[in-house]
Amino acid sequence: MAELLLTPLVRYCEIAALWVRASTTYRASFWMLTVGGFLITGVDFVGIWILFHTVHSLGGFSLREVAFLYGGTGLAIAIADLFVGRIERLGSMIRLGRLDTMMVRPVPLLIQVCADEFALRRIARVVQALVVFGWASAYVDWSPGRVAMAASMVVSGSVIFFALFIAFACLQFWTADSAEVANAFTYGGNTLTSYPLTVFPGEVVKALTFVLPLAFVNWYPSLYILGRPDPLGFPAWTQVLSPVVALAMAGIAALVWRTGVRHYRSTGS
Amino acid sequence: MGLIEARGLSRTFTVYKRSGRLNRTRTEVRAVHDLDLAIEPGEMVGYIGPNGAGKSTTIKMLTGILVPTGGHLRVAGVDPSRKRRALAHRIGVVFGQRTTLWWDLPLRDSFELLQKIYRVPSDRFRTNLAEFVELLDLGDLLDTPVRQLSLGQRMRGDITAALLHDPEILYLDEPTIGLDVISKGRLREFLRTLNAERGVTLLLTTHDLQDIEALCRRVIVIDHGTKVFDGALTELHRQGGSTRTLVVDLVDEAPPISVEGATARRVEGPRQWLSFPADASAAPLVAAVAAAYDVADLSIQEPDIEDVIRELYSRS
Ligand SMILES: Nc1ncnc2c1ncn2[C@@H]1O[C@H](COP(=O)(O)OP(=O)(O)OP(=O)(O)O)[C@@H](O)[C@H]1O
Ligand SMILES: [Mg+2]
Repeated sequence: MAELLLTPLVRYCEIAALWVRASTTYRASFWMLTVGGFLITGVDFVGIWILFHTVHSLGGFSLREVAFLYGGTGLAIAIADLFVGRIERLGSMIRLGRLDTMMVRPVPLLIQVCADEFALRRIARVVQALVVFGWASAYVDWSPGRVAMAASMVVSGSVIFFALFIAFACLQFWTADSAEVANAFTYGGNTLTSYPLTVFPGEVVKALTFVLPLAFVNWYPSLYILGRPDPLGFPAWTQVLSPVVALAMAGIAALVWRTGVRHYRSTGS
Repeated sequence: MGLIEARGLSRTFTVYKRSGRLNRTRTEVRAVHDLDLAIEPGEMVGYIGPNGAGKSTTIKMLTGILVPTGGHLRVAGVDPSRKRRALAHRIGVVFGQRTTLWWDLPLRDSFELLQKIYRVPSDRFRTNLAEFVELLDLGDLLDTPVRQLSLGQRMRGDITAALLHDPEILYLDEPTIGLDVISKGRLREFLRTLNAERGVTLLLTTHDLQDIEALCRRVIVIDHGTKVFDGALTELHRQGGSTRTLVVDLVDEAPPISVEGATARRVEGPRQWLSFPADASAAPLVAAVAAAYDVADLSIQEPDIEDVIRELYSRS
């Protein structure tokens, strides 16, 4: 079992490491892109911060609490993007025949697709989210249970985004130009969960719980960590459900991926 | 048991064509239909057929890229699409039309990445690389990014890439496409050596019949997804050997010549091509033509493999 998980992981790291080594040849551009990426994503949070100059709370949450929510989802999507973000390019890999090439190699296809041209500079997003998250964390009243919950939140949240990236990218097996659809759900979803869900109508929260369960990325676990009762009246046990949701999502994504690969039809030339 | 075994192998593609503004009609393209194959270890097989015949589709099924829609297929004892990764260690694939290398990496880095991917032991990797670099004359190119290589250089890189892990089977889909005469010759020489010295089984598709004549004792011809010939190259020659051609240059243009014992196959201005049975003597035919027409020149063509193939294609 351990082997089943570990081997692909090792293969991923090996391939990624070679890409990192190859790309450091252009050291200057690496730093420029990384710092640029950091600044661009940084500006994102500044928007929320400015907002709080005119309001004192957003949906009943303070700036630090919103920052915690923002950092939680930001960290999850940034980690997912760093490791599996390349899968957005599945359609072009299909068109260029790169997928055919990967299919005749002895590393799991999904690992190859995700590790292809691994770019360490996407770590900028992770750092930015980590800064916001770290700042907000300084004001949390930590207990062992809350620390464990925070760790579980980051891992589960990343897995949920992993699954979304993969499942939606699989649409490209059937229609080549569905990358935008996938973005709407992943990055769009991330934007929604950057805010306290109390600012949205109840239907949105229900959708983010039962349909596209992004509320489990940060919202429910954060309520636990911040010591808040659920403002929308969901039972307390929803707050510990994130790992279960993450596993289920990963299962669904794996299934969609397998189906996509079995239906893959390559190109005519 | 054969190394490659297929029975009734088929692959259809469902394609939707637009008909009218909103309607789409659904059609089934039978890319490969009811194909039987049996290839033994160490064979060099030429796989030919006109454009769209189903050659690439067949190779994609043999490598596990495409799941067949029908039939039974075993390569090295396994079902390729279900055991893709296990099979990967035992096969090498070269797609002439596109590179399997990484566009931005120098050849050397591409090869190292492949070493990691296939887990080639480093001493094995070094000897293989040294050998292929030597045989394919890649020495000066190792530090060049793939995107800067010419087509012929890239092809040599691709072939090396497909062989670093010591595959038993090498599939080559149009490996000589776009190569000049000398490069083609070298590549053929290399493939011959590979087969003779390492015992690698080769299956290659091509539109250049000289590749086949230079390399393959066995030829499989496919057309519209169906196998139309499978046998020795000499057999193919013999089939085509049934007719020879008399090329007649008339003084003036004329309607197709009609004489006893021959049929006009082609007319281009004053030049006409007459085919006649190979076992018949040309002398009476020449006499008959010369008696009835004003002839400027005459020549006789022995059967050509291109003609044989052309006839096979048009028959099906
Ligand atoms: N991905 C695909 N989707 C739809 N049709 C396809 C696809 N791939 C191949 N076909 C169809 O299947 C048939 C066989 O194609 P294939 O590429 O196998 O031919 P080929 O023998 O390799 O031809 P060529 O010599 O031109 O390379 C063609 O009619 C082609 O249009
Ligand atoms: Mg082809």
